[in-house]
Amino acid sequence: MPDFVTSYLGSTLTPGEAGNQFWALVYVFVIFAGVSLAVMSMNWLERKALAHFQIRLGPMRTGPHGLLQPIADAIKLLLKEDIIPAGADRFVFWVAPLIGLLAAFTVYTVIPFGPSQAVSDMNIGILFMLGVSSLGVLGVVVAGWASNSNYPLIGALRSSAQMVSYEVAMGLAVVSAILMTSLNETGTGTLSMIGIVRAQQEQGVWFIFKFFPLGLIAFIVFAIAMVAETNRAPFDMAEAESELTAGYHTEYSGLRWSLFMLAEYAAMISVSSIAVTLWLGGWMRPFSRLLRGSAWDLIFSLFPAVTFMGLAAVAFVGVVRMPRRSDFKVQKIGLAVFGWLLGFIALMLLIIAIAGRSNGAAIPSTVNQSIGYIYWFLLKVAVFMYLFIWYRATWPRYRFDQLMRVGWKVLLPISLTVLVATAIVGILLS
Amino acid sequence: MPQNYVPIFLFLAVIGTMIPATLLIARLVRTQRPTREKLLPYECGIDPHDNARGRYTVRYYVVAILFVIFDVETIFLFPWAVKFKALGVFGLIEMLVFLGVLIVGYAWVWKRGALEWV
Repeated sequence: MPDFVTSYLGSTLTPGEAGNQFWALVYVFVIFAGVSLAVMSMNWLERKALAHFQIRLGPMRTGPHGLLQPIADAIKLLLKEDIIPAGADRFVFWVAPLIGLLAAFTVYTVIPFGPSQAVSDMNIGILFMLGVSSLGVLGVVVAGWASNSNYPLIGALRSSAQMVSYEVAMGLAVVSAILMTSLNETGTGTLSMIGIVRAQQEQGVWFIFKFFPLGLIAFIVFAIAMVAETNRAPFDMAEAESELTAGYHTEYSGLRWSLFMLAEYAAMISVSSIAVTLWLGGWMRPFSRLLRGSAWDLIFSLFPAVTFMGLAAVAFVGVVRMPRRSDFKVQKIGLAVFGWLLGFIALMLLIIAIAGRSNGAAIPSTVNQSIGYIYWFLLKVAVFMYLFIWYRATWPRYRFDQLMRVGWKVLLPISLTVLVATAIVGILLS
Repeated sequence: MPQNYVPIFLFLAVIGTMIPATLLIARLVRTQRPTREKLLPYECGIDPHDNARGRYTVRYYVVAILFVIFDVETIFLFPWAVKFKALGVFGLIEMLVFLGVLIVGYAWVWKRGALEWV
């Protein structure tokens, strides 16, 4: 193999930091594929979960329990006619979803899935994330303006006003977390995403629990602001379907529309990643200081395998519970194959966990560790993704004036107060 | 270090080629039969009689201006937060003065009703 392929293996740096652009490119492709896959499964999960919240079944016909629904949707969207309204600005109309997607995906450059499992570790990581993700507003405004239609224009204006309003509270909440990173011997904090998790590791506490309840309040402010930032229910004023049809993407159809959906879900994952990195310890497993020692390490390293085993078990229960009729045969086989696939992944993870237990074998042990980091990070993000669906099922939509009031008159003063309080407590305790 | 920033452009290049490529593939396989009705802007079945890019409420400008002020202020807070402990009490007081000016402005804006939407 060429030198630039092998030289990076075993490195403890991110590819960007090691200057190895080949591996950086590999990571970029893996993340792109992973996010696309996550968006597809999220699409299925959202429809299924919402349906069960409302005592419906959701998609059941395309594949066992509607598992092939995202693929069917993708094919449908690919084949659909692409309409650009007569009065639209064609170039801007074309470029708008691209802006949204670029903004939503570029932030994945700095998301740390593990201490070296990130594309790059920039020293201004969090600033870069906030800056680039707020470029998503531009895509929304441009889409609404280019359509030359009333609903998209109103939706775009509302959505941009909402996004910029909540960004202020969001930024202040982030500053209070950054402030906590500087409470060490050197007195200097960091803006690097990996550095923020390392700071939590060194201080031995997730920032959500630091200076209780100040960290928690900052986290809650961020958690509310991030729902508004991504235009999700209950803050989905931009696409309030009862009054604005579909908001800024009313005039978009087919694949172009699906690009907006892709950008929205990618943005949801990336803001959840910020929350996880800043307050929930990033890649660290829970109780990493309380429950120490090799026995606990082994137990926690079994978690990924156990998770996939559980998923496989759910699939097999589904197979057993299907009606015993001959016309369910294909569905049954399909679900069983899916279950075996999950079981196979569980088996592989189990083998890696067992093989990586002894520190003698270097490669399985490193792989085992990386899987652990990525697993805990993704699990925390997955909790947020489920919360996004739960919010949507539980809370009714805000009115626009209420929305602006919450942003400017409630969240902003709270986050300012928390910031000042954190600073004062930080000075007093040091 | 500058090499940390190179992957951003890799990302931009990957997205910038993959997405137009997908759109191009879609263009080859999909049907395309535009008619006048299809190309009309959507207004619940009524023919639009005017250009949509007209005037809209001035409140959006107020929100935009407030956003610029507060967001720039947040950016100024970042360097202080990074050096928070090193700067110590002096930095804290300095920042409280800075925030104080801003909070006075915020209170004034609130009192003037710029934060009301109705």
